[in-house]
Amino acid sequence: MAGRFSPLAKPQGTWWSPLGRDERLWVAIAAIWGLGRFLMIAFILPAIGNEQNEIQSYRIDPAEFHRLATEFTEAHQIGEMDGVPVVAPPPGSDIYLEGQQFAWRPVVQLKRGEQYRFLISSRDVQHGFSLVMSRHSLNFQVLPGFVTAIHLTPEQVGEFAVVCNEFCGAGHHVMTGRIIVTD
Amino acid sequence: MQMVMSGLARRCGVTGLVIDRSAERLIKFHAVTAVLFLALGGTLALLIALTRWQVVHLLPAKQFYAFLSAHGMVMLIFWILFFEMAGLVFGSTVLLSARMVVPGLGWVAYAMMLGGAVIATGLMVTDRATVMFTSYPPLKAPPLYYASVLVFAVGAILGVVHFFINVVAARMRGDVGSLPLFTFALAGAGIIALWSLISGAVALLPAFLWSAGVIDSIDPGVYRLLYWGLGHGAQQVNLAAMVAVWYGLASLMTGGRPLNEGLSRFAIVLYIFFINMGAMHHLLVDPGLTTWLRNINTSYFMYLAVLGSLIHGFSIPASVELGMRTQGYRKGLFGWLRRAPWGEPGFAALAVSLFLFGVMGGISGVIIGGPQVNMIVHNTLLSPAHFHMTVVAGTTMAFMGLAYYLVPLIFQRQLVLRRWATYQPYIYGAGMVVWGLGTGLAGHWGVPRRHWDISFDRVSTLPTQIFQTTVVDVFMALLGIGAVIAVIGGAMFVTIIVSTVALGQRTATPNLGRVIADAFSSAPAVAGASGEEKEAPVPAHGAFEAPGALVLSLAFLTLFVLLYGFSWFELSTVPWRVR
Ligand code: HEM
Ligand SMILES: [Cu+2]
Ligand SMILES: [Cu+2]
Repeated sequence: MAGRFSPLAKPQGTWWSPLGRDERLWVAIAAIWGLGRFLMIAFILPAIGNEQNEIQSYRIDPAEFHRLATEFTEAHQIGEMDGVPVVAPPPGSDIYLEGQQFAWRPVVQLKRGEQYRFLISSRDVQHGFSLVMSRHSLNFQVLPGFVTAIHLTPEQVGEFAVVCNEFCGAGHHVMTGRIIVTD
Repeated sequence: MQMVMSGLARRCGVTGLVIDRSAERLIKFHAVTAVLFLALGGTLALLIALTRWQVVHLLPAKQFYAFLSAHGMVMLIFWILFFEMAGLVFGSTVLLSARMVVPGLGWVAYAMMLGGAVIATGLMVTDRATVMFTSYPPLKAPPLYYASVLVFAVGAILGVVHFFINVVAARMRGDVGSLPLFTFALAGAGIIALWSLISGAVALLPAFLWSAGVIDSIDPGVYRLLYWGLGHGAQQVNLAAMVAVWYGLASLMTGGRPLNEGLSRFAIVLYIFFINMGAMHHLLVDPGLTTWLRNINTSYFMYLAVLGSLIHGFSIPASVELGMRTQGYRKGLFGWLRRAPWGEPGFAALAVSLFLFGVMGGISGVIIGGPQVNMIVHNTLLSPAHFHMTVVAGTTMAFMGLAYYLVPLIFQRQLVLRRWATYQPYIYGAGMVVWGLGTGLAGHWGVPRRHWDISFDRVSTLPTQIFQTTVVDVFMALLGIGAVIAVIGGAMFVTIIVSTVALGQRTATPNLGRVIADAFSSAPAVAGASGEEKEAPVPAHGAFEAPGALVLSLAFLTLFVLLYGFSWFELSTVPWRVR
């Protein structure tokens, strides 16, 4: 049998030896657990979960996105909140949400149980879209020049804060937005 | 031998290794520089932590963001890399009793790293490059900032190249056949480091040109991909280096030898092949990647690297068990563990590092690295909580443990304040646990990272009080209190090392406490050395050689499975459907 060598010394002679019982058992268990996690992420959760990571994206010129977002806001505006336009687009529609130093616009009003496609982008630097609930948050990275597209369906009525969780400059901590969910 | 007589080298009075004097000097410079950066980073850590603790809210916003940028850079890049360079020189010369082949290259690398690091740090702490260590464009820093980081990176690349030159030359001279496991793991770290540093340089070069006005835009998506080629790779460098230190400390403290050398080496190779592929786990909620790519990259490939860590996570406690049993501590399943040298700083650091890295850092990393669960974690405080458990409670703690032996041996001085050193790992570890729990739970509740004011009291439009709750207050208080404790632990380390280097009594044979002198000897282990509790040398637990470590590992895995399941449950309670 080969000897065992200190990790701090040059091994002399053969150090290779077949796996013993301890190692065989552990490696087998660890490998099975790795496989389990792989199946969970790649197949099981995608088949059963309500929260899927299926972000889609495409490139867009920030000026073009701004134009679309402005058009969208004007078409669906129902009022204002703290000077920020509030929009109430019909269920199932696309929502343009624009991040800029230092605000998320517009305020969006949604109907519970309806699915909306959020198209989120930035006018200037990178931002972090963070939709905060009482004990969780949903977070997506937002880059200028790219649209981050996700489908969201609210299941609970209420007002949800949106904050920014990617450092975006001196006013990062005043960057907020709002999503309102009604019945 | 010739070298020793010519005065270009000396023979170590404790280990018997031949130490090239120029390598020794280079190690000293790297180590001292590293510790000074650690001291600076720790000071900044205290200030930013006391700002995030909303009750104290110490710094004004501008200074907070500037210091946060500097803390990330100084700690994650400068402290860690300077220490690793010291380790690379040590592993490729001293441990092999080999000469440093091109000292000039080593010094050029050091000078470039130092110059770049000092300038970048200066710009960051003075609020002239407040872009965080990630410097995501189009947030812009002055050209000098990118230039200094590039110079640092090129210096680090040269340092790694120098390591390989030393190793190859030693092999060609016939000074070494198989590398010691410690050096082998560092070689793994070196390979990953080359890849990651090059990737970082490729990300930063266009950023430099853009900042200097040579090109007028850079793609933020491509930058992120390349940057995390560096950022993630660099973490695996730290991981592999930490594993090297774990094996080294296990051997030095308990005479432990890897249960199966081939398996341990194979697990290092897994890191090399599979870790860079997991780099996209920083981009899980970015635009630009497809779902398929996300799932495969994070789930399939990454788990082979995790398998590597699970192998080490068992192999190292097993080697400690084996070492202790060989010394005669054979009682029961855990007699070896009870009688382990808990009062020896190196063992304390090893135990704290291994435990916190595995239980808090490793499990949390695998959980939040899944594309689905990542949606409720990305850029919340849970992310820094995770990586402080890996790179601080794990890597930094392990490096501190090694320094308690490396510094006396290399500087040939008696370790000062040895008593402090025996408590230091526990204080530092306890601080990190409190800090990590507070920060991690706050993140789970949605509290953003890199954020000066979660009260949102100064917001003029759409204010929110979402984080003004008692639970969040408690978590942020834990963050603050834990930080104070950890910083005390860190300051103890810096004090011990700095005073050893400056004031420690000079001696050719520093007292290293209870170390196993044959840790440096190339001979295979012999069973049945001295020790108490001698019993019959027959293994008492069937044919398992390390039954205690096996039970511990299985307990760890059970916790892992439970927490993993819990994370999926938490995701399912989110009151939004996402697709
Ligand atoms: C006493 C020990 C330490 C304490 C109390 C501490 C505390 C903190 C705090 C409060 C933050 C800010 C989190 C946020 O607001 O986003 C932070 C960020 C960070 N820390 Fe530490 N830290 C410590 C040691 C270290 C060490 C040793 C390293 C690296 C080896 C490190 C690497 C980082 C990094 C990379 C960041 C992220 C910076 C960024 O978001 O750009 N820390 N730390
Ligand atoms: Cu922002
Ligand atoms: Cu921001």
